[in-house]
Formats: sequence, C-alpha cells, structure tokens
Amino acid sequence: MLRGLGLLLCALVLLATPARAVQPDEVLANAALEARARELSRELRCMVCQNQSIDDSDAPLARDLRLLVRERLVHGDSDGQIIEFLVARYGEFVLLKPRFSWHTLVLWLAPALVLVAGAGTIAAVLRRRRARGDANAIDQAPPLTAQEQERLARLVGADNAG
Amino acid sequence: MIAEAGHYALVLALGLAVVQALVPMLGARWRDPAMMAVAGPAALAQFGFVALAFAALATSYVMSDFSVANVVENSHSAMPLIYRFTSVWGNHEGSMLLWIFILALFGALVAAFGRNLPATLKANVLAVQAWIATAFLLFILLASNPFLRLADAPFEGRDLNPILQDLGLAIHPPILYVGYVGCSISFSFAIAALLEGRIDAAWARWVRPWTLAAWIFLTLGISMGSYWAYYELGWGGWWFWDPVENASLMPWLSATALLHSAVVMEKRDALKVWTILLAILSFSLSLLGTFLVRSGVLTSVHTFASDPTRGVFILAILVFFVGGSLALFAWRAPVLKQGGLFAPISREGALVYNNLFLTSACATVFVGTLYPLALEALTGDKISVGAPFFNATFGPLLVPLLLAMPFGPLLAWKRGDLLAVAQRLSGAAAIAVAALVAAFAYQGAGPVLAPIGLGLGLFVILGALTDLAERTQVLRVRFKVALARALGLPRATWGTALAHLGVGVALLGIVGETQWSAERIASIKPGDVVSLRGYDLTFEGSVPRAGPNYRELVARFTVRRGAETIAVLEPAKRTFAARNMTTTEAALLTRGVGQIYLSLGDVNSDGSVAVRLYDKPLVLLIWIGTLVMAAGGALSLSDRRLRVGAPKPARDRAAMQPAE
Repeated sequence: MLRGLGLLLCALVLLATPARAVQPDEVLANAALEARARELSRELRCMVCQNQSIDDSDAPLARDLRLLVRERLVHGDSDGQIIEFLVARYGEFVLLKPRFSWHTLVLWLAPALVLVAGAGTIAAVLRRRRARGDANAIDQAPPLTAQEQERLARLVGADNAG
Repeated sequence: MIAEAGHYALVLALGLAVVQALVPMLGARWRDPAMMAVAGPAALAQFGFVALAFAALATSYVMSDFSVANVVENSHSAMPLIYRFTSVWGNHEGSMLLWIFILALFGALVAAFGRNLPATLKANVLAVQAWIATAFLLFILLASNPFLRLADAPFEGRDLNPILQDLGLAIHPPILYVGYVGCSISFSFAIAALLEGRIDAAWARWVRPWTLAAWIFLTLGISMGSYWAYYELGWGGWWFWDPVENASLMPWLSATALLHSAVVMEKRDALKVWTILLAILSFSLSLLGTFLVRSGVLTSVHTFASDPTRGVFILAILVFFVGGSLALFAWRAPVLKQGGLFAPISREGALVYNNLFLTSACATVFVGTLYPLALEALTGDKISVGAPFFNATFGPLLVPLLLAMPFGPLLAWKRGDLLAVAQRLSGAAAIAVAALVAAFAYQGAGPVLAPIGLGLGLFVILGALTDLAERTQVLRVRFKVALARALGLPRATWGTALAHLGVGVALLGIVGETQWSAERIASIKPGDVVSLRGYDLTFEGSVPRAGPNYRELVARFTVRRGAETIAVLEPAKRTFAARNMTTTEAALLTRGVGQIYLSLGDVNSDGSVAVRLYDKPLVLLIWIGTLVMAAGGALSLSDRRLRVGAPKPARDRAAMQPAE
C-alpha cells in the first residue's frame, strides 16, 4: 500500500509526464550490452523513489540514470567502472546492494552471526542436558508431576471402588 | 451525529478496555472469581462499541459525508459503492480503526469460545488483550481521530488514491490485519503464562489454533498483496523486498517458526521457553510492522522527526509492549520447567532446525530493513538495502531449510533414524535430481539457478507426497486398505503435507517467473505486430472510454499463436480527474499456470504507443502455492484435536460417571 503511495509521491513531487520504466527508445541495439544494462539497472536505486531500482521506476531521474548507464556501456566501460562512476557521483546510496565495508559489516555478517549463534546455543543446551541426564533418559517417560500422581491415584481409586 | 456517535463509542470502548485491563488481572492475582469474570463481558461490550465506531465511519464514507475531514481527504462521491466502503481503511486513521476493530473481535472470540480455559488463564489473556486495546484506542483518540469534522464542508471529496481503487485493496489489508492482530492472541497467552509462571502441553493446545488462524490470514494477506502489486503496478514484479512487504514477512516467518515449536511443546512438553519467546516476538514484529508503515519512518528518518506526534506515539507503544514483555520474559522464564528430552536426530530436532533457519531468515529481513535507518540515525550515512541484498542473503538461508523439509515429518519423535528416512525419500530425490539434470541439458547456457530451484521444488513436493504415501502405505497394500488408512489419518497430518507441498509449488512458480520469463519492450503503431515466444500480438488501435470516476484509453490487441486467434487483450491507461493521476491497467492472459502480461506505456505524438510484453511461465504457481499452504493450515485447524480443544475440567467428567 505504502509502496504505491511512494510511487505516487515520486510522480507528484516531480510533476513528471508519466513515463514507464525502460522505454523502447532507450533499448540498445546490441543485445549483449542491453542485457548488461538491465542487470546493472536492477542493482541501482532510483534515488527520488522509495526503494525502487531504476529498472522499475517511472521517475525522470531513473530514466536519466538508465540512459547514463547505457551511454557508459556503449563507451566500453566495464560494469565495475560504471558502478564506481555512479558511486563517485551519487554516493553509496545509489547501490541497492551495499558494498562490504566497515559500516556495512553488521549488515552483511548478521545472517551468518545469527545462524552460528543459534546453532551454538542449541548445541550447548543439548550437551548440557545430556550431561545432566544420562542418554537413556530420552527413551524414558518423564516422571509424573504431583498433580498427575494425584489424578492417577483418584482414577485408580475410582476403578477399584467400581 | 453519526460521526459523533462513533467518536463517543470509541471513548466508551477505551473506558471498558481500561477496566478489562486491570480488574481481571488483579482478580487472577487475588483468586477472586467475580473480578476475573469481568473479563468476558467487558471484552464483548468493548467489541460492540468498537464495531459501532467502525460502522459509524463506514456509514460516513458510504453516504459521502463531506463534513468529516477523513472522508473528504480519501473519498469522492463518484466512486463506486465498493470503493467508497473500502476507502474506510485506505488511509491512516481508518486503517488504525480497522486494526483495533479486529483486535476487539479477537478478544470477543476468546471470551466467547474460551469456555474451557482455566479461569485465571482466561482472565489474564483477556486483560493483556485489553492492555493492547487501551494503547491503540488512546492512539486513535489522541493522535489519529478519523471522526474530526470540518467547519466548512466542501461539496466534493479529494478522491481515494487511484492505485488503491481496486478490489485487491478491498480484501488485502483486512486479511493482513487479521493475521497481524491474530498474533496478539498468542502474545497474550504467552504473557498470561509468564504471569502465572505455569505452562504445559494444554497451553500449547489452546494457543495453536489461534496461531494457526493468524498464520493462515498472514499467508493469504501477503500472497494477495503480492498478486495485487503484480497486476496493478504494471511492471510484472510480485515481490520487491520493500520495507512494507518486509514488515509483513517478518511476523509470517516468526509465526511459522512458532507454529512448529508449539507442536513440539504440545506433543513432547519441550521447547517451552523458546515457544513463549517466539509468541512474544511474532506480535512484537507485527507491532513493528505497524510502526514502520504508519510512522513515516521509512521514507526518511527526517520525515519521521519532522512530524513526530504519531510516530513517537506508536514508538512508545512499541517500546512499552516489546520492552515490557521481554523484561517479563527475562524475569519469569527461568521459572518455567523444562520438559521432555530428545536426541538431535528426531522430529523435535528437525523442528528445532526449522526454527533455527526461520529465525535466521527473519533476523536477516529485520537487519536488512532497519539497518539503513539505524545507520542514518547514528552516523548520517545513507545507504540502500534492496532486492539484490536480500536475494544474496535470504535465499541461501532458505535452501537448507527446504532441503530438510521432507525429512522432518518422516522422522520419529524422541530418536529418529536419518538413514531410514533418507531411504524412503530416495525416490523423491532421484526424480528431483533427474529433473534437475534434464533441465540443465534442455536449457543449455541458461540461468544456473533455474534447474537447481526446479529440482528443489520438486523434492519438496514429492517429499510431502512421500510422507502421505508412507503413512497410508499406498504403494505396498491394497488400494482399499490404503484408502481406509488415508481417511483415518488425522487432518493435521494432511494439513502438514499439504502446506509443505504448497511451499514446493510456490518455489516452482518463483523459479519460473524469475528465471524463465521473457520480455519485449516496443513502440508500436496501430496495425503493428509484437511477437514473443510464438505469440503474435496485433495492435488494433485504441479507444477512449469513460468509467465512473475516471477516463481511460483502452488499447486493443489480438493475440495469435500461428494462425489461430487465442484472445483479445485490452490494457488501459486510466486518468483520474480528481487527483489528476494516471494508473496502468495491465492485461493478463492466463495460459495454463503461466501468463502473458501486457502493459501500456506512453502514447506518443505520432500515434505510436510504448508497450511492455512479458511471457511469465509458471507464474501463477507462486500464488497457487500460497493458497495450498493456507488450505493446509485450514485443514490442520479443523483437526479434531484442535477443534475440541483441551480436555474439559475433571469436574465435568466426574459428573458424567454413572452413580454407584
């Protein structure tokens, strides 16, 4: 829902004539270069939109960036050079996949850290439990609680009486 | 008058919520039955008043009462009746009212159907529900009142955002909200258990149906939102890793983990503390989702700071409930006794493995969504975290989860035999690998991920079927015997198999859409033909048409395959005068489980029009898969064990015994 609103805001703020993502006149004649352009476009953010790549966005700025990317490609730049160029011009913000550096350390390592910490905790708990009870305890039913004992006694008592 | 009545009903509901929050909780502490008994009627009455308020706002919208500010801003008298009604929740204030309406509904349901709950548990659960209701009613009344009047009522409203004028909006938010708010029930049960310091298998049995119901609605809500974005936003994407989508995905991941850990707790009396924590986390993530969507913090940290009333209010609610519940957890959780032991290779072990990966995936989404906000707030650096990041981190976490999924249901409780299970799954694995190899051979130099995803999806589907085949012995005994066994299986078993199968189906759809789609972008004039994968679309021309509150330009395309005419597609561009905005209405042609997707771009001065044409094989499987998952959940919910609920108190049973 909010995504739609963001889109809208994008269009309203810039008072743009509506232009859809990737227009026919933008497409490069060279299919291999065009494919690279699309790949790159998906990794680049339309900076006036809310979390949209320039490949998806309708905003004029996104169109400018798409044309820029294609221009550099035709010029013979490598993907890395184009990204380098755009980051130098617009900052890290333009990348939808942030680069691994000191300030994205936590971001990139978080999934692995959570997984390893979780696995470690589980292993520790299992080992502690096994150390406490012997291995056979798994196959034995846990002892009855006081309440269950009482209920059992009552049931047995009722049976004997009946 | 109607708006004032609605406003007043909300105030009364707040009063009732405060009573319901305090009296039963004290009653449970002092073992006072009269005080505890306040909870039920209070919950029902509170629901009645909130429903009244909701009805009042809906009436104002349907009757286009433009003296109510909220109606003016989000409605228009020319809109069709259905959209005048759904506009009620197509805005901030109204959607908060819907939120609290569903919360009150759940409270009333617990009050009405929770007859065999122990009195103290019921009192505490309803009291915790009332705490949440109090917080949100205060928020509505103090910071987002939908009933404010205008001194000078305009003649016409400003219309609902055209993108939201769609049937998708009519059903997507309410269903998603039922899911979000449904998580509050397991949260309340968890808090009640912590307060009492007592939790057992019966508790898990009470909580599970509520969690399952919330999960079903979350699944349907997310799925529907995804399909709505797919056909409405006009470029054929179905998942964008947008923070708003992530906000709904996080509770879903957490609730999925909760469903699985609650099984262990119910059957084996283990994982108690963890289950409680997951119940708290699921609702906390729902609250976080509400905060993210409602506070404006996502657009920018600065927007949030420039208009802080609402954001700070919801943040306070978030901090109070998340902080409070986690503190209570830290304090009381050690009181809970640990239950049954199990070997690492066992059904319990598999469910723990499931929880580990689901939680990690959830944490990944959490960090990815909030990291840019935190970084900007702390250092001022602006970075973006979008689809490429999530594809690179979330995807790999799902692979081990999906690979293990067929193993889980086949492992025995307590101590399982991995080798025997692997043997039983060898057929499924063989077919999956064969399909993987065949796909590699067939596509040659295509995307590498596609065959792997295909193999994985097939393995999950066949694994679910293997589970059913093993339980019914359908390949070993006569069909009649197998049928009898199949009918005798608990519905929860069928539900599990179906839900797991749905995951596999959805995965196939995702693989098809992301890896095997083809696209054509062209600028064409009437009479021109665009071709894609054997489909020839002839542009016949365009005609203007008038809708109830918009004008549209409809382009007509004849679709041919060879000499045969298959269909006529009519994509359109709509212009809504009230807001001077245009939307794209894509035209979809369903072929089997794939779709041809045609969307219209600009009309140029020379009469040519830009079109985007996609062939999306298997794409419908994404949503069919999620529907199958939800159906599996529903089947499981109808299981006798859950329907009957926990055993009746011993007193009743004693009364039924024959006199001696």
